[in-house]
Amino acid sequence: MRFTWFNLMPWPYLPDDFREKNRSVWVDIDSKLFDPVKGHELYNSYMDLLEYAGTLGFDGIGVNEHHQNGYGLMPSPNIIAAGLARRTDDVALVVLGASIALYNPPLRVAEEFAMLDCISGGRLVAGFPVGTSMDTNYCYGTIPGLTREKYAEAHELIRRAWAEREPFAFNGRYTKLRYVNLWPRPIQQPHPPIHIPGGGSLETFDFCIENTYSYSYLSFGGYIRGKQLMDAYWNRVAERNAPDTSPYRAGFAQFICVAETDAEAERLYAPHVHYFYNRCLHVYPGFADAPGYRTIKTIQKGVLSQYAPGTLFQEHPWKDLVDNGHVIAGSPETVRQRMEDLIRGLRVGNVFCLMQIGDMPKDKCMYSTRLFAEKVIPKLRNMFEEYAADGRFWCHPLPKRAVPAEIGQRPLVGAEA
Amino acid sequence: MELKTIPTHRVPVRYYEGGQGRPLVFLHGAGGVDADLGFLDALASRFHVYAPLVPGYGDSEECPELRDMLDFTLHTWDVVDSLGVKDPLLVGFSMGGMIASEMAALAPNDVSRLALIAPAGLWLDDYPIPDIFAMMPYDLPHYLFYDEEAGAKALTAGMDLGDPKFLQAFLIQNARQLGAAGKILFPIPERGLAGRLYRIRARTLLIWGESDRLIPPVYAESFQKHIAGADLVTIPQAGHLVAFEKGPEVVSALSRLG
Repeated sequence: MRFTWFNLMPWPYLPDDFREKNRSVWVDIDSKLFDPVKGHELYNSYMDLLEYAGTLGFDGIGVNEHHQNGYGLMPSPNIIAAGLARRTDDVALVVLGASIALYNPPLRVAEEFAMLDCISGGRLVAGFPVGTSMDTNYCYGTIPGLTREKYAEAHELIRRAWAEREPFAFNGRYTKLRYVNLWPRPIQQPHPPIHIPGGGSLETFDFCIENTYSYSYLSFGGYIRGKQLMDAYWNRVAERNAPDTSPYRAGFAQFICVAETDAEAERLYAPHVHYFYNRCLHVYPGFADAPGYRTIKTIQKGVLSQYAPGTLFQEHPWKDLVDNGHVIAGSPETVRQRMEDLIRGLRVGNVFCLMQIGDMPKDKCMYSTRLFAEKVIPKLRNMFEEYAADGRFWCHPLPKRAVPAEIGQRPLVGAEA
Repeated sequence: MELKTIPTHRVPVRYYEGGQGRPLVFLHGAGGVDADLGFLDALASRFHVYAPLVPGYGDSEECPELRDMLDFTLHTWDVVDSLGVKDPLLVGFSMGGMIASEMAALAPNDVSRLALIAPAGLWLDDYPIPDIFAMMPYDLPHYLFYDEEAGAKALTAGMDLGDPKFLQAFLIQNARQLGAAGKILFPIPERGLAGRLYRIRARTLLIWGESDRLIPPVYAESFQKHIAGADLVTIPQAGHLVAFEKGPEVVSALSRLG
C-alpha cells in the first residue's frame, strides 16, 4: 500500500456567513477575502505539515493545482513541490498535478517536472489532470469543446520531449515548436510515474489503461459514494483486457481524521469538516461544467460534475458524514476498519489522505496525522502483498541523494568583495 | 417550414426551408433556432427561407473539425453553396450575426445585402457582454427578453431540472449546442471581427432590440463605425430575442433590404 499525505491548502478565514454573502468559493471568489500577510503564515504552516508527514512514514506528500479557489491555494503546485524537495529526504513528491492543457507551451510542464525530479533525486510522481471546468475553462479560458484535444496534444508533446534524445520539431494544432530539446531531463527513465486525476470520464479510464497510468479519483464524496465510479473503472480495465488488475492502477482521495476515540474525533474535527463542506464547496453551479467540457458519451453514462446542480453537498450532521463515508473518522481501530473497507472495496493501492481539512489548525492536524501514521498505516501496509513488487506507478529515487548543506557551511555571498 | 438535410464537405447539415420569393439565409443564435421558428414562418410569406443549423444543434450531426472562426465561416459558405443559393439576403442573429459578418467580410463580392440582428463578434471593455456559459437556465430570461415573464414561460416550458432524466437530456443538448457555440464565443465572444468588418460591401442593416441586456444597443454604434453606410433599426419594447418578441417589426425592417 502507498499512502500520500495530501494538502489541498484551503483558505481557513472564510467568514461564517460566506454562503449567504457570496455566490461562489471558486472562479469569482471575493478576492478581498485574501490577506497576503495571513497567506505568508499559512503557506509556511501548510508546508510544515507536508514536511512533517514526510517524517512519519507516509510514502508520499501531495499537492495539486487550482485557480481562484477558496479551498486551494496552489495555482502552481510545482512551486510548493520545489520547496518541499529541499526539506524532505526520502518521501515521494506527488504533484497531482499540473494541468498540462493550460500551459503555453505545455513543454513548460515537462521542464518543471524534470527540474523537480532532478532536485529531489528522482522522487517525483507526476500528475496530468485535464483540470476541472472551473480551473480550465472559467479561470484559464480554455475553450470547453477543445479542452480534451488540447490536453491530448500536450500529453503527446511532454511524453515525446521526455523520451527523445535528439531535438525534434513538433507541429501540433495548438503548439508549434521547431526545436524541442528538453533540458534539464528527468532522472527517472523512461519517465516519472504518471497519475491521472479523473472524475469518471470513460475517455480518461481508457487513457490510463492504454498508457499504464494510475487512475486517481479525487472526490470529496467519500469512499461509499466513490465505489460506483471505481467499479466502472475496474470494469473498464477488464473490458479492455489490461494485462493485470494491479491495485496500483488506481488511487482514491479520502478525508481522514484520527483521535484516541470516536467521540474525541467528533469533538476535535467536526467543526473543520463542516467548514469544508459548507464553505469550501460552495461553488456556483453555473461554473460546474462548461458545456462541451464533458463528452456526450460521458454525460450519457450519467457522470456529472461533483459540483453540478443537484449533486452539491447539503448540510449534513457529523454522524451522516461519517456513516456515509464522506469522512473516515474516529479511533485508530475505527479508522483502520473503514480504511480496509475503502482499500478492498475500491481496490486502490494508492490512498491520498486528506488530513488537513477546512480550517483545521496545525496542532490538531499534526495529532491526527501522527496517530494515523503510527497506529493505522502499519496495519494496512501489507494489503495487496501479491502486488508489492509492482513499481510501475511509483517513483524510483536515486539510492544516494544530495542533501541540502547547512546554512553555516555555505560560502557567504559577496564575502570576497 | 420543413426540416431537411443537405450534404456538405464536412458534415450533413440540417436546415429549415420554406416560403417563396428571393432567397434568404438565416443563421441562428447560440440558443438554437427554435425560438425563431415563428419569425421564420412570417418571413416565409415574403422570402424563400433557408435556416441551416450549426452542426450539433437540434438533432444534427456534430462536427469536431469546426474549431475556429475561419472554420465556421467557410463551413457556412459551404452550406450556402450546397443549397445552390446565390447572393441571398444573408441574415444572422447574435452568434449567427457574427458568422454572417465574417462571411460577408471574407467574400464581400458574394453578399450584396446583409442583415445583422443583435450580432455578436465585437467586445467593448466598458460594456462587457454577460457570460452565457456560466448562466443557469433561470438566469437567462433577464438577459434575453424585454418581457421577462413571458420569455421565461416560453423558455422553460416543460423544463424540470430536478428530474434526473430531464437534467441529463438538458445537459446533453447544452453540451452539443453550446459546446459548438463555445468554439467561437467562449470565453469572450470576439475573434477579431472588428479588424475585418471594413471589407464588407453589402448594403447592411442592423436590427436591435432597444432593451437588449445581453448585447446592449451600444454595440450597434460600433458595428456602424466599422461598416460603411450601415443602417440601424432599433425596435422598442424588445430584448435580445427581438425577432421572438417583435417578429412583425423585424420582418418589415428586413423587407427594406428587399
